[in-house]
Amino acid sequence: MSDLPALIRVFAYLSLLTVGGGMAAYPEMKTLTVDVHQWLTSPQLVHLYSVGQLAPGPNMMMIVPIGDWVGGPLGAILVLIAFFGPTAVLTFAVGRFWTKLETWPWRTSIQQGLAPVSIGLLLAGCFTLAKSAVFGLETAAIAAGVLLILLQTKINPALLVLGGAVIGVLSLE
Amino acid sequence: MSEAGTEVQFEAGAEAAAARVAIGEIFLEFLIIGAISFGGVVPYLRDRLVARRHWLSDKEFVELLSISQSLPGLNATNMAILVGQKLSGALGAVVGILGICLPGSVLMFIVGIVYRSHGDHAWATGALKGVAAAAVGLVLSTVVQLSKRSLEQRGDYLFLALTVLAVDLMHLSVLLALVGVGLLAVLWHRPIDTNMEEQP
Repeated sequence: MSDLPALIRVFAYLSLLTVGGGMAAYPEMKTLTVDVHQWLTSPQLVHLYSVGQLAPGPNMMMIVPIGDWVGGPLGAILVLIAFFGPTAVLTFAVGRFWTKLETWPWRTSIQQGLAPVSIGLLLAGCFTLAKSAVFGLETAAIAAGVLLILLQTKINPALLVLGGAVIGVLSLE
Repeated sequence: MSEAGTEVQFEAGAEAAAARVAIGEIFLEFLIIGAISFGGVVPYLRDRLVARRHWLSDKEFVELLSISQSLPGLNATNMAILVGQKLSGALGAVVGILGICLPGSVLMFIVGIVYRSHGDHAWATGALKGVAAAAVGLVLSTVVQLSKRSLEQRGDYLFLALTVLAVDLMHLSVLLALVGVGLLAVLWHRPIDTNMEEQP
Protein backbone atom coordinates (compact mmCIF):
# COMPACT_ATOMS: atom_id res chain seq x y z
CA MET A 1 0.00 0.00 0.00
CA SER A 2 2.98 2.28 0.57
CA ASP A 3 3.47 2.13 -3.19
CA LEU A 4 0.31 4.13 -3.88
CA PRO A 5 2.05 7.55 -4.06
CA ALA A 6 4.63 6.09 -6.46
CA LEU A 7 1.80 4.54 -8.50
CA ILE A 8 0.11 7.94 -8.85
CA ARG A 9 3.38 9.70 -9.70
CA VAL A 10 4.40 7.17 -12.35
CA PHE A 11 1.06 7.07 -14.16
CA ALA A 12 0.50 10.83 -14.00
CA TYR A 13 3.92 11.23 -15.64
CA LEU A 14 3.21 8.54 -18.27
CA SER A 15 -0.06 10.31 -19.01
CA LEU A 16 1.78 13.33 -20.41
CA LEU A 17 3.87 11.15 -22.77
CA THR A 18 0.89 9.68 -24.63
CA VAL A 19 1.22 12.00 -27.63
CA GLY A 20 -0.05 10.16 -30.69
CA GLY A 21 -1.26 7.15 -28.71
CA GLY A 22 -0.76 5.04 -25.63
CA MET A 23 2.10 3.15 -27.27
CA ALA A 24 4.22 6.33 -27.13
CA ALA A 25 4.48 5.91 -23.36
CA TYR A 26 5.34 2.19 -23.56
CA PRO A 27 9.19 2.37 -23.36
CA GLU A 28 8.98 4.62 -20.30
CA MET A 29 6.23 2.47 -18.79
CA LYS A 30 8.46 -0.58 -19.13
CA THR A 31 11.39 1.22 -17.46
CA LEU A 32 9.32 2.56 -14.58
CA THR A 33 6.95 -0.32 -13.80
CA VAL A 34 9.26 -3.26 -14.57
CA ASP A 35 12.86 -2.07 -13.96
CA VAL A 36 12.51 0.70 -11.37
CA HIS A 37 9.51 -0.34 -9.24
CA GLN A 38 9.28 -4.05 -10.16
CA TRP A 39 5.50 -4.04 -9.95
CA LEU A 40 5.36 -6.70 -12.68
CA THR A 41 7.67 -8.67 -14.98
CA SER A 42 8.48 -7.78 -18.56
CA PRO A 43 6.46 -10.71 -20.01
CA GLN A 44 3.49 -9.71 -17.82
CA LEU A 45 3.62 -6.17 -19.18
CA VAL A 46 3.73 -7.45 -22.77
CA HIS A 47 0.78 -9.76 -22.08
CA LEU A 48 -1.32 -7.07 -20.41
CA TYR A 49 -0.65 -4.56 -23.19
CA SER A 50 -1.50 -7.10 -25.89
CA VAL A 51 -4.63 -8.45 -24.25
CA GLY A 52 -5.65 -4.83 -23.64
CA GLN A 53 -5.87 -4.36 -27.40
CA LEU A 54 -8.81 -6.80 -27.35
CA ALA A 55 -10.83 -4.74 -24.87
CA PRO A 56 -13.30 -2.12 -26.12
CA GLY A 57 -12.84 1.56 -25.28
CA PRO A 58 -9.56 3.46 -24.87
CA ASN A 59 -6.75 0.98 -25.63
CA MET A 60 -4.67 1.51 -22.47
CA MET A 61 -7.02 -0.06 -19.93
CA MET A 62 -4.22 -2.54 -19.27
CA ILE A 63 -3.04 -0.04 -16.62
CA VAL A 64 -6.00 -1.12 -14.43
CA PRO A 65 -4.57 -4.57 -13.53
CA ILE A 66 -1.19 -2.97 -12.67
CA GLY A 67 -2.96 -0.65 -10.22
CA ASP A 68 -4.94 -3.57 -8.82
CA TRP A 69 -1.88 -5.78 -8.33
CA VAL A 70 0.02 -3.01 -6.56
CA GLY A 71 -2.75 -1.50 -4.44
CA GLY A 72 -5.99 -3.47 -4.82
CA PRO A 73 -9.19 -1.91 -6.23
CA LEU A 74 -8.15 1.46 -4.76
CA GLY A 75 -4.87 1.21 -6.67
CA ALA A 76 -6.82 0.47 -9.87
CA ILE A 77 -8.99 3.56 -9.41
CA LEU A 78 -6.03 5.78 -8.52
CA VAL A 79 -4.12 4.62 -11.60
CA LEU A 80 -7.10 5.50 -13.81
CA ILE A 81 -7.37 8.98 -12.28
CA ALA A 82 -3.60 9.55 -12.47
CA PHE A 83 -3.36 8.34 -16.09
CA PHE A 84 -6.43 10.09 -17.51
CA GLY A 85 -6.81 13.08 -15.17
CA PRO A 86 -3.90 15.31 -16.25
CA THR A 87 -4.49 14.96 -20.00
CA ALA A 88 -8.26 15.34 -19.52
CA VAL A 89 -7.78 18.68 -17.74
CA LEU A 90 -5.25 19.79 -20.37
CA THR A 91 -7.54 18.83 -23.26
CA PHE A 92 -10.49 20.53 -21.59
CA ALA A 93 -8.49 23.75 -21.10
CA VAL A 94 -6.92 23.78 -24.56
CA GLY A 95 -10.11 22.66 -26.33
CA ARG A 96 -11.82 25.87 -25.26
CA PHE A 97 -9.54 28.14 -27.23
CA TRP A 98 -7.78 25.89 -29.77
CA THR A 99 -10.48 26.43 -32.38
CA LYS A 100 -10.14 30.18 -31.84
CA LEU A 101 -6.43 29.89 -32.65
CA GLU A 102 -7.25 28.94 -36.23
CA THR A 103 -5.51 32.06 -37.55
CA TRP A 104 -2.46 31.74 -35.25
CA PRO A 105 0.32 30.63 -37.64
CA TRP A 106 2.19 28.59 -35.00
CA ARG A 107 -0.85 26.36 -34.53
CA THR A 108 -0.16 24.72 -37.90
CA SER A 109 3.57 24.60 -37.09
CA ILE A 110 2.87 22.74 -33.85
CA GLN A 111 0.54 20.26 -35.56
CA GLN A 112 2.96 19.63 -38.44
CA GLY A 113 5.97 19.42 -36.13
CA LEU A 114 4.39 17.07 -33.62
CA ALA A 115 3.12 14.65 -36.28
CA PRO A 116 6.51 13.00 -37.12
CA VAL A 117 7.59 13.02 -33.47
CA SER A 118 4.40 11.34 -32.26
CA ILE A 119 4.64 8.71 -35.01
CA GLY A 120 8.31 8.20 -34.03
CA LEU A 121 7.27 7.65 -30.42
CA LEU A 122 4.71 5.04 -31.55
CA LEU A 123 7.38 3.26 -33.60
CA ALA A 124 9.88 3.38 -30.72
CA GLY A 125 7.24 1.89 -28.43
CA CYS A 126 6.52 -0.77 -31.04
CA PHE A 127 10.21 -1.75 -31.16
CA THR A 128 10.32 -2.02 -27.38
CA LEU A 129 7.24 -4.26 -27.49
CA ALA A 130 8.63 -6.30 -30.38
CA LYS A 131 11.86 -7.04 -28.49
CA SER A 132 9.80 -9.05 -25.99
CA ALA A 133 6.98 -10.24 -28.24
CA VAL A 134 8.68 -11.30 -31.47
CA PHE A 135 11.07 -14.22 -31.21
CA GLY A 136 11.47 -16.96 -33.77
CA LEU A 137 9.72 -17.57 -37.05
CA GLU A 138 6.19 -18.11 -35.78
CA THR A 139 5.77 -14.83 -33.87
CA ALA A 140 7.49 -12.89 -36.67
CA ALA A 141 5.06 -14.45 -39.17
CA ILE A 142 2.04 -13.51 -37.03
CA ALA A 143 3.24 -9.89 -36.69
CA ALA A 144 4.00 -9.56 -40.40
CA GLY A 145 0.71 -11.24 -41.34
CA VAL A 146 -1.34 -8.89 -39.18
CA LEU A 147 0.52 -5.86 -40.57
CA LEU A 148 -0.05 -6.89 -44.20
CA ILE A 149 -3.72 -7.78 -43.72
CA LEU A 150 -4.43 -4.48 -41.95
CA LEU A 151 -2.73 -2.48 -44.70
CA GLN A 152 -4.67 -4.32 -47.44
CA THR A 153 -8.16 -4.68 -45.93
CA LYS A 154 -10.58 -2.93 -43.57
CA ILE A 155 -10.98 -5.89 -41.24
CA ASN A 156 -11.53 -5.14 -37.52
CA PRO A 157 -8.07 -5.29 -35.87
CA ALA A 158 -9.49 -6.98 -32.74
CA LEU A 159 -10.40 -10.02 -34.89
CA LEU A 160 -6.78 -10.33 -36.04
CA VAL A 161 -5.45 -10.11 -32.48
CA LEU A 162 -7.94 -12.84 -31.60
CA GLY A 163 -6.66 -14.80 -34.61
CA GLY A 164 -3.14 -14.46 -33.20
CA ALA A 165 -4.36 -16.06 -29.98
CA VAL A 166 -5.90 -18.98 -31.89
CA ILE A 167 -2.68 -19.59 -33.86
CA GLY A 168 -0.71 -19.40 -30.61
CA VAL A 169 -2.89 -22.08 -28.99
CA LEU A 170 -3.02 -24.32 -32.08
CA SER A 171 0.77 -24.27 -32.46
CA LEU A 172 1.33 -25.57 -28.94
CA GLU A 173 1.86 -29.15 -29.95
CA MET B 1 -15.16 40.49 -38.95
CA SER B 2 -16.77 37.57 -40.68
CA GLU B 3 -14.58 35.32 -38.49
CA ALA B 4 -16.12 36.80 -35.35
CA GLY B 5 -19.60 36.30 -36.78
CA THR B 6 -18.97 32.61 -37.39
CA GLU B 7 -17.60 32.26 -33.89
CA VAL B 8 -20.76 33.70 -32.34
CA GLN B 9 -22.91 31.39 -34.44
CA PHE B 10 -20.80 28.41 -33.41
CA GLU B 11 -21.20 29.34 -29.73
CA ALA B 12 -24.94 29.74 -30.13
CA GLY B 13 -25.11 26.39 -31.89
CA ALA B 14 -23.21 24.76 -29.05
CA GLU B 15 -25.60 26.24 -26.50
CA ALA B 16 -28.61 25.04 -28.44
CA ALA B 17 -27.09 21.57 -28.53
CA ALA B 18 -26.39 21.77 -24.80
CA ALA B 19 -30.03 22.55 -24.17
CA ARG B 20 -31.08 19.50 -26.21
CA VAL B 21 -28.58 16.96 -24.95
CA ALA B 22 -29.13 15.81 -21.36
CA ILE B 23 -26.19 14.72 -19.23
CA GLY B 24 -27.66 11.24 -18.89
CA GLU B 25 -27.84 10.86 -22.66
CA ILE B 26 -24.20 11.90 -23.07
CA PHE B 27 -23.14 9.40 -20.42
CA LEU B 28 -25.20 6.60 -21.97
CA GLU B 29 -23.90 7.26 -25.49
CA PHE B 30 -20.24 7.20 -24.40
CA LEU B 31 -20.93 4.16 -22.24
CA ILE B 32 -22.25 2.34 -25.32
CA ILE B 33 -19.24 3.41 -27.39
CA GLY B 34 -16.94 2.31 -24.54
CA ALA B 35 -18.61 -1.11 -24.54
CA ILE B 36 -18.80 -1.91 -28.26
CA SER B 37 -15.69 -0.25 -29.75
CA PHE B 38 -13.62 -3.38 -30.33
CA GLY B 39 -10.55 -2.77 -32.45
CA GLY B 40 -10.34 1.02 -32.20
CA VAL B 41 -12.61 3.78 -30.95
CA VAL B 42 -12.53 6.44 -33.69
CA PRO B 43 -14.83 4.75 -36.28
CA TYR B 44 -17.39 4.00 -33.54
CA LEU B 45 -17.25 7.61 -32.32
CA ARG B 46 -17.94 8.87 -35.82
CA ASP B 47 -20.74 6.38 -36.41
CA ARG B 48 -22.57 7.07 -33.13
CA LEU B 49 -21.96 10.82 -32.62
CA VAL B 50 -22.14 12.07 -36.22
CA ALA B 51 -24.22 9.55 -38.17
CA ARG B 52 -26.71 8.36 -35.52
CA ARG B 53 -27.01 11.17 -32.99
CA HIS B 54 -26.18 14.17 -35.22
CA TRP B 55 -24.50 15.82 -32.24
CA LEU B 56 -21.63 16.90 -34.51
CA SER B 57 -21.14 17.59 -38.19
CA ASP B 58 -18.45 15.64 -40.05
CA LYS B 59 -16.37 18.82 -40.25
CA GLU B 60 -16.61 19.42 -36.49
CA PHE B 61 -15.71 15.79 -35.85
CA VAL B 62 -12.53 16.01 -37.94
CA GLU B 63 -11.62 19.31 -36.28
CA LEU B 64 -12.00 17.86 -32.77
CA LEU B 65 -10.11 14.73 -33.79
CA SER B 66 -7.15 16.80 -35.01
CA ILE B 67 -7.05 18.61 -31.65
CA SER B 68 -7.18 15.22 -29.88
CA GLN B 69 -4.23 13.95 -31.89
CA SER B 70 -2.05 17.01 -31.23
CA LEU B 71 -2.47 16.89 -27.45
CA PRO B 72 -1.17 14.32 -24.98
CA GLY B 73 -3.79 11.73 -24.07
CA LEU B 74 -5.50 8.95 -25.99
CA ASN B 75 -7.70 9.90 -28.94
CA ALA B 76 -10.63 8.12 -27.32
CA THR B 77 -10.55 9.99 -24.02
CA ASN B 78 -9.60 13.35 -25.58
CA MET B 79 -12.57 13.04 -27.95
CA ALA B 80 -14.87 12.21 -25.02
CA ILE B 81 -13.65 15.36 -23.24
CA LEU B 82 -14.00 17.63 -26.29
CA VAL B 83 -17.40 16.32 -27.42
CA GLY B 84 -18.74 16.28 -23.86
CA GLN B 85 -17.49 19.84 -23.41
CA LYS B 86 -19.13 20.98 -26.62
CA LEU B 87 -22.48 19.35 -25.78
CA SER B 88 -22.72 20.29 -22.12
CA GLY B 89 -19.65 21.99 -20.67
CA ALA B 90 -17.54 20.60 -17.84
CA LEU B 91 -20.15 18.13 -16.62
CA GLY B 92 -20.58 16.81 -20.16
CA ALA B 93 -16.82 16.27 -20.41
CA VAL B 94 -16.74 14.41 -17.07
CA VAL B 95 -19.60 12.02 -17.92
CA GLY B 96 -18.15 11.54 -21.42
CA ILE B 97 -14.79 10.29 -20.21
CA LEU B 98 -16.38 8.25 -17.40
CA GLY B 99 -18.72 6.53 -19.83
CA ILE B 100 -16.08 5.67 -22.41
CA CYS B 101 -13.64 4.33 -19.78
CA LEU B 102 -16.03 2.34 -17.60
CA PRO B 103 -16.68 -0.85 -19.64
CA GLY B 104 -13.07 -1.42 -20.73
CA SER B 105 -11.60 -0.74 -17.30
CA VAL B 106 -14.01 -3.11 -15.55
CA LEU B 107 -13.28 -5.77 -18.18
CA MET B 108 -9.49 -5.37 -17.79
CA PHE B 109 -9.84 -5.43 -14.00
CA ILE B 110 -11.41 -8.89 -14.31
CA VAL B 111 -8.90 -9.97 -16.98
CA GLY B 112 -6.07 -8.94 -14.63
CA ILE B 113 -7.42 -11.16 -11.85
CA VAL B 114 -7.93 -14.14 -14.17
CA TYR B 115 -4.51 -13.63 -15.78
CA ARG B 116 -2.75 -13.58 -12.42
CA SER B 117 -4.22 -16.93 -11.40
CA HIS B 118 -4.29 -18.74 -14.76
CA GLY B 119 -1.78 -16.85 -16.94
CA ASP B 120 0.85 -19.56 -16.70
CA HIS B 121 -1.36 -22.39 -18.04
CA ALA B 122 0.03 -23.86 -21.24
CA TRP B 123 -2.93 -22.76 -23.40
CA ALA B 124 -2.81 -19.26 -21.94
CA THR B 125 0.92 -18.96 -22.64
CA GLY B 126 0.34 -20.04 -26.23
CA ALA B 127 -2.56 -17.65 -26.73
CA LEU B 128 -0.69 -14.73 -25.14
CA LYS B 129 2.33 -15.37 -27.36
CA GLY B 130 0.11 -15.06 -30.45
CA VAL B 131 -1.76 -12.03 -29.09
CA ALA B 132 1.49 -10.16 -28.33
CA ALA B 133 2.92 -10.85 -31.79
CA ALA B 134 -0.35 -9.69 -33.39
CA ALA B 135 -0.26 -6.51 -31.29
CA VAL B 136 3.15 -5.69 -32.79
CA GLY B 137 1.67 -5.96 -36.29
CA LEU B 138 -1.29 -3.81 -35.21
CA VAL B 139 0.89 -0.97 -33.91
CA LEU B 140 3.12 -1.15 -37.01
CA SER B 141 0.07 -0.78 -39.26
CA THR B 142 -0.98 2.31 -37.28
CA VAL B 143 2.52 3.75 -37.79
CA VAL B 144 2.36 3.14 -41.56
CA GLN B 145 -1.15 4.56 -41.94
CA LEU B 146 -0.41 7.67 -39.87
CA SER B 147 2.83 8.27 -41.80
CA LYS B 148 1.02 8.08 -45.14
CA ARG B 149 -1.63 10.50 -43.94
CA SER B 150 0.33 13.11 -42.06
CA LEU B 151 3.96 13.16 -43.20
CA GLU B 152 4.45 15.41 -46.22
CA GLN B 153 8.11 16.38 -46.31
CA ARG B 154 11.32 14.40 -46.39
CA GLY B 155 12.40 16.30 -43.26
CA ASP B 156 9.50 14.73 -41.38
CA TYR B 157 10.98 11.25 -41.83
CA LEU B 158 14.25 12.58 -40.38
CA PHE B 159 12.42 13.75 -37.25
CA LEU B 160 10.63 10.40 -37.05
CA ALA B 161 13.96 8.54 -37.26
CA LEU B 162 15.59 10.90 -34.73
CA THR B 163 12.80 10.20 -32.25
CA VAL B 164 13.14 6.42 -32.63
CA LEU B 165 16.95 6.61 -32.27
CA ALA B 166 16.71 8.83 -29.18
CA VAL B 167 14.30 6.49 -27.40
CA ASP B 168 15.39 3.02 -28.54
CA LEU B 169 19.15 3.38 -29.12
CA MET B 170 20.23 6.26 -26.91
CA HIS B 171 17.64 5.33 -24.28
CA LEU B 172 16.72 8.94 -23.68
CA SER B 173 13.52 9.35 -21.74
CA VAL B 174 10.42 9.68 -23.91
CA LEU B 175 9.84 13.12 -22.42
CA LEU B 176 13.29 14.39 -23.49
CA ALA B 177 12.84 13.00 -27.00
CA LEU B 178 9.37 14.52 -27.23
CA VAL B 179 10.49 17.99 -26.10
CA GLY B 180 13.87 17.97 -27.88
CA VAL B 181 12.93 16.61 -31.28
CA GLY B 182 9.47 18.16 -31.01
CA LEU B 183 10.96 21.63 -30.60
CA LEU B 184 13.26 21.12 -33.60
CA ALA B 185 10.38 19.86 -35.73
CA VAL B 186 8.05 22.71 -34.77
CA LEU B 187 10.80 25.24 -35.59
CA TRP B 188 11.38 23.45 -38.92
CA HIS B 189 7.69 23.95 -39.70
CA ARG B 190 7.72 27.54 -38.35
CA PRO B 191 5.36 30.00 -40.00
CA ILE B 192 6.86 32.04 -42.82
CA ASP B 193 7.62 35.68 -41.99
CA THR B 194 4.73 37.21 -43.92
CA ASN B 195 2.33 35.47 -41.61
CA MET B 196 4.19 36.73 -38.57
CA GLU B 197 3.77 40.36 -39.65
CA GLU B 198 0.03 39.95 -39.57
CA GLN B 199 0.22 39.20 -35.88
CA PRO B 200 -0.92 42.04 -33.61
